[in-house]
Amino acid sequence: MTRRLRLGVFGIGALGFTALLVWGLAGLPSFGSFDGRYGQLLARVTVPERTATSSIAVTTFDFRGIDTLGEEFILFTAAVGMLVLLRVQRAGEEVAAEPAGARRPTAGSKALRSVATALVGPVLVLGIYIVAHGHLTPGGGFQGGVILMTSFLLVYLAGTHIHLGRGRPIDVMEASEAAGAAGFALIGVGGLVLAGTFLENFLPFGQMGSLISGGVIPLLNVSVGLEVMGALLVILGELLDQRLLIGRHR
Amino acid sequence: MGFLPYAVAAWLFVVGLYGIVTSRNLIHLVVCLAVVQASTYVLLLAVGYRSGGAAPIFADIPTSRKVVDPIVATLTLTDVVVEATVAALLLSLAVQAHRRFGTLDPDELGAMRG
Repeated sequence: MTRRLRLGVFGIGALGFTALLVWGLAGLPSFGSFDGRYGQLLARVTVPERTATSSIAVTTFDFRGIDTLGEEFILFTAAVGMLVLLRVQRAGEEVAAEPAGARRPTAGSKALRSVATALVGPVLVLGIYIVAHGHLTPGGGFQGGVILMTSFLLVYLAGTHIHLGRGRPIDVMEASEAAGAAGFALIGVGGLVLAGTFLENFLPFGQMGSLISGGVIPLLNVSVGLEVMGALLVILGELLDQRLLIGRHR
Repeated sequence: MGFLPYAVAAWLFVVGLYGIVTSRNLIHLVVCLAVVQASTYVLLLAVGYRSGGAAPIFADIPTSRKVVDPIVATLTLTDVVVEATVAALLLSLAVQAHRRFGTLDPDELGAMRG
């Protein structure tokens, strides 16, 4: 199929699709006048029933906690899928591990490495802050996990990439990912055992606005933070390894 | 003004599709797919907006304040996670394709087989 023909076919399809899309969107309530009862109800009961202030975190981890459990396992499965996809290839290639002496800096520029080193600490603290305050202010395990991952990526950028063969840092990342995923499920089981329902809150709600409040929501945030950090580090670590492998073949 | 956010969502969707169809590079194609998925964030958040509503976080506003819908924000969060996983898997497939065919151009992948 030539590119011109393909563009023509796409043009016809896109016109039809756009017409349908506009027709569908025209049927939505006009911007700003949405009046969903369910969402308003959840926003109203957040503070009195859960003593947490972030309605989004409470919806994510409490009112719709089962959804989030599934969401967390989507991420887990994706990281495992990537490992399977990329490691099968490597097993067939028998790449010799790089000798520990042959470390080379990942970034040539000294300025870049200095800035990266200086940023590791603050970014790590910011990530922990975002995870810990997930139930009070915007943020939470997913967002904080990504920031935590960034701080470890900065370590990589500032230092040297070491292909350690066995005992690689990626094993620690996998452990963090698994601990996060298992933590969420175990807190859910804790609710089943101690309160009678899966993911039901079984801790005291605490003082509103304080760091320890909202029952199990902060714990769920921490486990999601660990899971997201581990999964993204596994994914990025694998992709970076691939880059190095491809580079060595040239 | 009332239709503008929906128009942005529709535009992002279609322009992302155009990018996917005309892409000459698998990495570029994954980025185009991210643009398509960005349209769903815009659509979700636009649907849940209530005029004059604040963010549904009561750390510094009274609980009686009018707020936007928290459910669409939660769904958007799910959406972002799914997008990240899809992008990761597609990128690893692109790495595999490059290994096998020596190119990232989707037009040449089929031609070089066999």
